[in-house]
Amino acid sequence: MSETQSLRAWLLTETPTSRRHAKLSAIYHAWLSFRTNTMAMIGLIILVLLVVVAVVAPWLAPADPFAQTLANRLQPPGTDGHILGTDSLGRDLMSRLIYGSRITLYIVGLVALIAPITGLLVGTVAGYVGGFTDMVLMRITDIFLAFPRLVLALAFVAALGAGIENAVLAISLTAWPPYARMARAETLTIRSSDYISAIRLQGAGPLRIITKHIWPLCISSLIVRVTLDMAGIILAAAGLGFLGLGAQPPSPEWGAMISEGRRFILDHWWVATVPGLAIFTVSLAFNLLGDGLRDVLDPKDSEK
Amino acid sequence: MTMLDIQNLNVWFGHGRDRVDAVKGATFSVDRGDSFGLVGESGSGKSTILRAVTGLAPDWSGSIKLDGTELAGQREKAFYKTVQMVFQDPYSSLHPRHSVDQVLGETLYLHGFKDIDTRVVKLLDDVGLGGKFRFRYPHQLSGGQRQRVAIARALAPEPEVLLLDEPTSALDVSVQAEILNLLVDLRTENKLTFLMVSHDLSVVGHMCERLAVMKDGEIVEIMEVEALRKMQATHPYSQELLAASV
Repeated sequence: MSETQSLRAWLLTETPTSRRHAKLSAIYHAWLSFRTNTMAMIGLIILVLLVVVAVVAPWLAPADPFAQTLANRLQPPGTDGHILGTDSLGRDLMSRLIYGSRITLYIVGLVALIAPITGLLVGTVAGYVGGFTDMVLMRITDIFLAFPRLVLALAFVAALGAGIENAVLAISLTAWPPYARMARAETLTIRSSDYISAIRLQGAGPLRIITKHIWPLCISSLIVRVTLDMAGIILAAAGLGFLGLGAQPPSPEWGAMISEGRRFILDHWWVATVPGLAIFTVSLAFNLLGDGLRDVLDPKDSEK
Repeated sequence: MTMLDIQNLNVWFGHGRDRVDAVKGATFSVDRGDSFGLVGESGSGKSTILRAVTGLAPDWSGSIKLDGTELAGQREKAFYKTVQMVFQDPYSSLHPRHSVDQVLGETLYLHGFKDIDTRVVKLLDDVGLGGKFRFRYPHQLSGGQRQRVAIARALAPEPEVLLLDEPTSALDVSVQAEILNLLVDLRTENKLTFLMVSHDLSVVGHMCERLAVMKDGEIVEIMEVEALRKMQATHPYSQELLAASV
């Protein structure tokens, strides 16, 4: 039996021998069921590529994304040395796109950390503790939900000043309430179940029950929701950039790049189209991944 | 010696106009090492008495004495080391995302045991599940196997009193007998006191020495199982129940 075959058998065993073995086996099973979903795999591959591109950007980019050559401005795609053409200041669009992936990942990563965790915390505490705490936390959530998302983000950026960090903060502040609602709804169905009663009968406190027993059940649907929302987050970040309230020039943020290209969109379509296509691809990839993850992670399906 | 003494217990849910009195003036006691059954139809308040004893039903009045000490308000850790409960439905009493190992390991950890690994293996052996079930998840187990895990969890803190809330009613008939026999064996091995809820008179006849018949939240009759076997119920409702179960 070859090395890989025995590893596979070890991972697929019915009777794991240790905690680590059981965990790895469960992950491998999830991976196998995820792999059968072609569309989700396409999404995953695109995102892995995006991460790789962001990491090796300095070696991958053909030119300096900030180097201006005014003599060479608004060259169409396919021009010598500029595969995707140049923008209004003669900067290489390909290089700007590659460096822009770093900013996109930075924004998405930070928002994906802040918003769901805040929402999970607020939602599960409100749902489990109930009573007055529930009322206060949920009314605060309602207030945030009542504001139109982009308008609230605009207000935050206007108050705090333009910039990527503030854009992240603004998007996070507007993105957490749906997660809180979802986490609370799930907590309400979980808290009255027998297995929570059972662990209470072992003397477990609320902190342990929330973090170890309620969170694991909320997290899978939260992850799915986050991946599906990623597209919206990228678009919100691009929207803020487009309005001039996100990343500031000369930063190669994709939304800001579209905003710059807008002035020449009729004569020089590629300046706005190239970053637009990038946003579209990454958003689509996140949506495909989210769909696939739902199939793997949804507890209702894993019963089968 | 009396292990569990319940005097004039009232349990209710809701307040004001929504108030529902689930148990009204229940009085009975269970001796150490005894097995006591609570019988009645659905909604007669049998399970509610168990929930009041464990503290899961917060609104109650009267007196519950465990081994001579009065229980009040929040239950302490020592209480959960003495009293444990097995739930009715093994399909909902195990966390769907926790493996058998996690369920038992966490219980043992919460009760301050140090030798968790050896104890998990021993518990699984005690309830007739081998070590190969240790890292399974609930959805990989059958109903009977799940109930065995739930029993192992209840036995983990080495309790003296086991509250059984219809432990077999969600199971197949063939599996029911296995679980009941397991419980009988465990009781003699660990010198446990049982308080068992059931709507099945034959189960109570098999498991218990004494029983109380409940109707609409009240205990209508307390009798010996011997009397049950001889069909000597005095209260008309108990006679009705007996007649229906033959």
